[in-house]
Amino acid sequence: PAETFHNLQELRHSASLANKIFIQRDYSEGTTCKFQTKFPSELESRIEWTLFEDTVKTLNNYYAEAEKIGGQSYLEGCLACATAYLIFLCMETRYEKVLKKIAKYIQEQNEKIYAPRGLLITDPIERGMRVIEICIYEDRGSSGSSSGSSSVSGSTAR
Amino acid sequence: MKNCDYQQIEPQALPTPTPIPPPHHGDSSDKRDEPRRPRRKWEVFPGKNRFYCDGRIMMARQSGVLPLTLALILVTTGLFFIFDCPFLVKHLTSCIPVIGGVLFGFVIITLLQTSFTDPGILPRATPDEAADIEKQIDNTGNACYRPPPRTKEVVINQQVVKLKYCFTCKMFRPPRTSHCSLCDNCVERFDHHCPWVGNCVGKRNYRFFYTFIVSLSFLTAFIFGCVTTHLALRAQDGKGLVFALQESPGSAVELVICFFSVWSILGLSGFHTYLVSSNRTTNEDIKGSWSGKTGDVTNPYSHGNILINCCSVLCGPMPPSLINRRGFLPADESAQTAGMDIELQTLATKSEINVCTQGTKDLLESATLSLLLSTSCPQGKPQTAQTCLDNSSTVNSDPSPELSTSCGARHTTNSTGDTSSPHHTKTRSKKSKQATVHIHNPAFDVHASPTSSDTGPSSKARDHKGARFTTLH
Repeated sequence: PAETFHNLQELRHSASLANKIFIQRDYSEGTTCKFQTKFPSELESRIEWTLFEDTVKTLNNYYAEAEKIGGQSYLEGCLACATAYLIFLCMETRYEKVLKKIAKYIQEQNEKIYAPRGLLITDPIERGMRVIEICIYEDRGSSGSSSGSSSVSGSTAR
Repeated sequence: MKNCDYQQIEPQALPTPTPIPPPHHGDSSDKRDEPRRPRRKWEVFPGKNRFYCDGRIMMARQSGVLPLTLALILVTTGLFFIFDCPFLVKHLTSCIPVIGGVLFGFVIITLLQTSFTDPGILPRATPDEAADIEKQIDNTGNACYRPPPRTKEVVINQQVVKLKYCFTCKMFRPPRTSHCSLCDNCVERFDHHCPWVGNCVGKRNYRFFYTFIVSLSFLTAFIFGCVTTHLALRAQDGKGLVFALQESPGSAVELVICFFSVWSILGLSGFHTYLVSSNRTTNEDIKGSWSGKTGDVTNPYSHGNILINCCSVLCGPMPPSLINRRGFLPADESAQTAGMDIELQTLATKSEINVCTQGTKDLLESATLSLLLSTSCPQGKPQTAQTCLDNSSTVNSDPSPELSTSCGARHTTNSTGDTSSPHHTKTRSKKSKQATVHIHNPAFDVHASPTSSDTGPSSKARDHKGARFTTLH
């Protein structure tokens, strides 16, 4: 809806950044891309942990899908080898396709869930897939309450 | 922080034409007020890399011996097509140039892909990220962590792995990532820095590298076989080998090149096949990370099955490049960095004359090289020091082909190694890993002594590979 998108723009341009937190990688299963689902303490007052965990788990699933090794990836790999890998110059790889899906998902999550709460998720690919950077913006609402509704009314009132 | 990074790198810039367009500097003064041309991210990339075609192609700043590699391959194959193919097509079969052509195509294409692809460089941590990590290190209690060395332990598949903090990139390196001092970048799944290819070999270009050395082995063996057959056929009927060589002088050149290369390249292919089948990197193999010397350690990345390991390394999905070379910088950032560039450019021009001769040498593992100097270059004069350093830095990165093709060329310190290695390579089994025989090679032995600098790991890896590889024969 236009209202939330309007809020996201406002957030990016006029809200002041209070803090940035970084969700680190979880290496317990090896070098595959996976982020920790531990709920950071700074977000406790801003968002429900179920929503946060849901976001991170969905992202982890996307990355797992991108990096999955199985029948189809072997076939693609062998085909690429047979063409001396020239095929990479022409075709978009599976990973790149999934990255586009991830970018769309993050945009959607930001619009629907995070921006109304004064938060913003940065796509991990922009940080070298090392961290999920979450920007925490100061509450602009006059009452200073933690929920996003006051900031929405504040911004639209302007 | 940014200033320091740039200071570190700019004086080391070699005075060769880099793809920074000239009008860029002239316009920089205007950029402070209003950015005229949006800059791409490769133009402000902090590592030591070269970019061409507006960021589409990248290599290490030092191209190493890539021109030599290309020249050797082109010359040998050219001579093959000119001198041997006509004769063999007439006397044997016309498949020969076809096979040769296909192999040659594979070799050149995969070589160029290995050289020009981003090996898996990790972008440096943003200042916010670095600050956050510092805070975490301080917060976890002074009882556990003492500032430096900074390490973090993670458990991967029931195996404890230590992650080191990279002071240049300001982050904890992910597992299997190593910082290459030649390129000044952290590279994921770092294998080694190959001067023959002029680039690091890491996660993204390992499959290209492997295909390159395997197809090169086939090509070299194929040419060697064809040349031998050609000369044998010519020398029939009692005409003799000398007559055959006189008729086809190119074949003599090919014979020499192929004879000395085929053993090393075959050995290298065998070694990497072993690495692929056990899902290890050269770096890990040399450091003995998973060899079980210090107790119960197993490779946590191995899938346990040779076939699955091979498939996951060579046929796995192609990871994306993380450094986004061709993305545009935000307008305010490009103005900021443009301003810094002016100051640094003046600094660079002043110190260029003094520094450029020493710049690259300073950065290249000065600790290990001073050790080399003390043993093999006793004079220690700057001139001789530089040539020695130049030799050693290129030699020890990937010694196996060098052992064969450096015959008399420029690696004078390794002359004893050259003569001994071909003899020993004959008795080698391709996949053997016996570390028993020690071929005395003064340069390599020197390098095998451990050095403790933080930029050491990649050089140590290479040096140990030198010492170790000679024992593989």
